[in-house]
Amino acid sequence: MSIPAIEARDVVKRYPRVTALDGVSLRIEPGEFFGLLGPNGAGKTTLISIVAGLARATSGRVTVMGHDVVSDYRTARRCLGVVPQELVFDPFFTVRETLRIQSGYFGLRRNDDWIDEVIANLDLGAKADANMRSLSGGMKRRVLVAQALVHRPPVIVLDEPTAGVDVELRQGLWHFVRRLNKDGHTIVLTTHYLEEAQQMCERIAMLKAGRIVAMEPTRQLLARLSGVQMALKLRGPLPAALVPQLIEQSGDRYVLKVGQPADVEAVLAACRNAGSQIDDIEVGHADLEEVFLQVMSDPGQKRAA
Amino acid sequence: MNRIEHEALAPASALGALPASADRAASSLVGFRTLLYKEMLRFWKVSFQTIAAPVLTGVLYLLVFGHVLGQRVEAFAGVPYNAFLVPGLVMMSLLQNAFANSSSSLIQSKLMGNLVFVLLPPLSHLEFFAAYTLSSVLRGVLVGLGVFLVTACIALPPVNAPLWIVLFGLLGAALLGVLGIIAGIVSDKFDQLAAFQNFIIVPATFLSGVFYSVHGLAPFWQWLSRLNPFFYMIDGFRYGFFAQSDVDPWVSLAVVSASLLVAAAIAIRMLATGYKLRG
Repeated sequence: MSIPAIEARDVVKRYPRVTALDGVSLRIEPGEFFGLLGPNGAGKTTLISIVAGLARATSGRVTVMGHDVVSDYRTARRCLGVVPQELVFDPFFTVRETLRIQSGYFGLRRNDDWIDEVIANLDLGAKADANMRSLSGGMKRRVLVAQALVHRPPVIVLDEPTAGVDVELRQGLWHFVRRLNKDGHTIVLTTHYLEEAQQMCERIAMLKAGRIVAMEPTRQLLARLSGVQMALKLRGPLPAALVPQLIEQSGDRYVLKVGQPADVEAVLAACRNAGSQIDDIEVGHADLEEVFLQVMSDPGQKRAA
Repeated sequence: MNRIEHEALAPASALGALPASADRAASSLVGFRTLLYKEMLRFWKVSFQTIAAPVLTGVLYLLVFGHVLGQRVEAFAGVPYNAFLVPGLVMMSLLQNAFANSSSSLIQSKLMGNLVFVLLPPLSHLEFFAAYTLSSVLRGVLVGLGVFLVTACIALPPVNAPLWIVLFGLLGAALLGVLGIIAGIVSDKFDQLAAFQNFIIVPATFLSGVFYSVHGLAPFWQWLSRLNPFFYMIDGFRYGFFAQSDVDPWVSLAVVSASLLVAAAIAIRMLATGYKLRG
């Protein structure tokens, strides 16, 4: 088996009043585009902080590219680039100074060729010599991405990178991140934009109250949890046999949960037998938003993968 | 985009590309040097505020106190008060600015959130400690030198033992730089740091014999002064100029060195455990 890009084993993080992580285990393979989803306070940022060495786990073990983040932190941190959630910057420096200094922290001198490339790729060229203070929020966000890339880390973590970012930059950023992923970088993304995770991530872990409640390939997760939804407009009552499948009703319009596409036929048959005529019909997959809400609202659900 | 496409490291090759252990030591030195450079650049970019302003303050003290007390006080036999005051003011400015440097840098980075930029890279706690301490020493020495150059134009003290001057200057700046690290780590807000500064550092420097010789004090206050490590820094520093002091400079050296060791041990321990820095 290859060395995992990130591996967490039974990670617990307790603060005096709250348990932020309650036994999280996950394994992210090299080259994956991995999504970490969860509501505020679920423990996403705590988990990332532990991976990055910004926080220490109460118990459990985390490695980056096989290097323990505590005992072999130097190598682990060299393998990792983190784009923090908060829009932070150092007001004393220009963009280029910021990137040069960040390179230096990682032991890199004469990194200017690469810095120029990163600046160009993130469209920061016009602002390279501007003071960080004078930059717009979107530009500051780009600099944060650039800072995470100065040492060319194989694993890149983006903690809610598109929060408060305009549409144009968001698309540009995703384009860039996809390319990095295609080039072999492992990408870990936390986001509240579920649609984004659905579009970008191959695999998703859902965190809730410090536990992983679901972790599987995005498509599989959608299929397993959402199945197929079917909206019917009926002339006549909904057959009693279908009531357990009912998700919502408004007037003569019924939304039903259907296990798999083949079961659609059974629904139609039930309506036919009951003598209810179908005026309109829609069949589709639930989107991730619904899946997400479904998982998060189901207290019994505990799936460790 | 071409470079990223061509040069971006595949995970496996990235690991292979990591420097060998010898290079790793060298590159870790680069990390330390960069942090030191960044800390120096930080105060240098606002040197009007971090160096020129405290020099002016020091000179104002000499003008005012020298004028008011100059005719009435003779702290050391045969030494004019103005000349007596100069080393004290130099040392006071040096100490306060060494403290201000590391403490304000840390609290600003904490409050602005940009401390993550130094917490994410592979910098060790010792590199962190050394960089913040050294840049504080540098700022303290620059301010002290500035105060000396200007005040010496007004009243030039004799220089009897320059080695003692340099030694106490460096040790004092280092001790206050380290105390600044501790205060910066412990404080969560600017007003907590200000309390540190206003209620500990400033009183301790003012009551250490900057403006007077403790020999002129009542026994109780003399005794109290001797509990103040700042007293030994100023007294030892002054010995370098006048070859007279309130206590033996070797005693001062021992007290100051011991204080530095204790403070350094505390600061290094805090950095190693990530106290208040790595939740």
